[in-house]
Amino acid sequence: MTRLPDYVVRRPSGFYRSTNPGTKLVVAALEVLAAFLLPGWIGPAVVLAAVLATAAVARRLRGLATFGLAASPIVGSILLVNLFLLPGASDPIARLGPLAPTWSGLWFGLQTVARLLAFSSAIALVYLTTTVDDLLADLSRRGLGRRAIFVVGAAVQMVPLTIERAGEILDAQRARGMDTEGRIWRRARGVLPLAGPVVFGALTEVEERTMALEARAFSAPGRKTLLRVPRNGRIDRFLLWAALLALVALVGIRVAGRLG
Amino acid sequence: MAIELSAVRYRYAGASVFALRSIDLRLEPGRVVGVVGANEAGKSTVCLVAAGLAPGVVGGLLEGSVRIDGVETATLRPHELAQRCGLLFQNAATQLSNTTATVFEEVGFGPCNLGLPVAEVGDRAWWALGTVGIEKLAPRDPARLSGGEGQLVALAAVLALRPKYLVLDEPTSELDPAGTSLVAEALGRVARETGAGILLVEHKTDVLARIADEVVVLERGAVALAGAAAPTLADPRLAELGVEPPAAVKLERMVREAGIEWSAALAEAIR
Repeated sequence: MTRLPDYVVRRPSGFYRSTNPGTKLVVAALEVLAAFLLPGWIGPAVVLAAVLATAAVARRLRGLATFGLAASPIVGSILLVNLFLLPGASDPIARLGPLAPTWSGLWFGLQTVARLLAFSSAIALVYLTTTVDDLLADLSRRGLGRRAIFVVGAAVQMVPLTIERAGEILDAQRARGMDTEGRIWRRARGVLPLAGPVVFGALTEVEERTMALEARAFSAPGRKTLLRVPRNGRIDRFLLWAALLALVALVGIRVAGRLG
Repeated sequence: MAIELSAVRYRYAGASVFALRSIDLRLEPGRVVGVVGANEAGKSTVCLVAAGLAPGVVGGLLEGSVRIDGVETATLRPHELAQRCGLLFQNAATQLSNTTATVFEEVGFGPCNLGLPVAEVGDRAWWALGTVGIEKLAPRDPARLSGGEGQLVALAAVLALRPKYLVLDEPTSELDPAGTSLVAEALGRVARETGAGILLVEHKTDVLARIADEVVVLERGAVALAGAAAPTLADPRLAELGVEPPAAVKLERMVREAGIEWSAALAEAIR
């Protein structure tokens, strides 16, 4: 009888990284809801503090900062739009010709940005502390259908592959003289021809992928074997149920109109 | 005991013409049957039909009979077919499940789908990796392999289901010479060590000359030539059928045309 190699039965180690993936998903769902349902600054502040503290102890602050940086264009646009265009705002900070940034616009914009960052960092923390196959193994253990699991896994794994393919096509187009540098409209003109080959290439591969899966008994009936079962100890289960209860309570209180 | 295609005609869904017009083919365990032909000759379609995926998964209309060990493929479900006949495609990248972190798990993906006990999944994965000769790749990330390595992993993944027959659709078409050589060696080893019957569609006739026992030449969906590998690959009609003969055959012709006597010793020296 063969013993499975250590790299297959490996268990993630370290604070939060070793926490059960399903538990982390439910905690993230609670944080997302809290960021939007709790009124004023309380929601985003509490969630951001919790996520940042967890990321710091799990040594994932740098990764989280990268996600934050990636969100900066949308953060900037939210701030600008609210600063200058918040309907009904009449407390100008200054006059800049026809434009008048307002205090209430700034305040509302900052709060919206805080909610957005709280929401996205809660999800990013799951991504940064969980490998895809651990997440899939846990979802499978919890009884999620193999087709649903495959869709989740393949979708997540396809992102870097699609980016890689887009890079290859972009290089090929540059090699044929297409100008993809310079001003934004010129870059956009270069990106449009890229979209076709990437999207259609992915679609044409779908049939072959489907057949390849069938050739590997993907549609066999019964339960799939799991080579690795993620940890699900007492603390994981306690955290899961506590987060679930808090989530239900939060939604219930909100529906009852007690959160203002 | 064999895969048998008798008077097979097949038309893809929505197509007005038959991609296969008249195919009779037999693949026995332990034999390697090569299939060659020009573009649109029906090579890939033969693979899908022989493995039972057409019309079962692909759709379309099949006439005639396709049997694996006496059982009509139309009566078998895809996972049952997969355990009888493994199918390998041209592009290694599209054959990976994209849900595993290591090559070992990728090879074990099929046995896991069957719900086999963990120990047996491990046994099969090691056996398949060993048969293909890629145990060293086991801890690697499947998404970070070269084309040749990826194709070997896909081959091992199919083998892990322990099929009695393998249908390989141009497994070296996207590989460089080094990758082609890797895959050809592995196929030779698989044929010798597993006793599986292999139907190998391959336009690189040098590969067929190395490992095929028989060769079938297709033309517009029908069998144009068939027979033992060496004489079929040396048949002068091959070029008319859009197939380039192996380098050794071309060399032999050049030597003869130059008026030099061709001998077994010379052939051996060139090989």
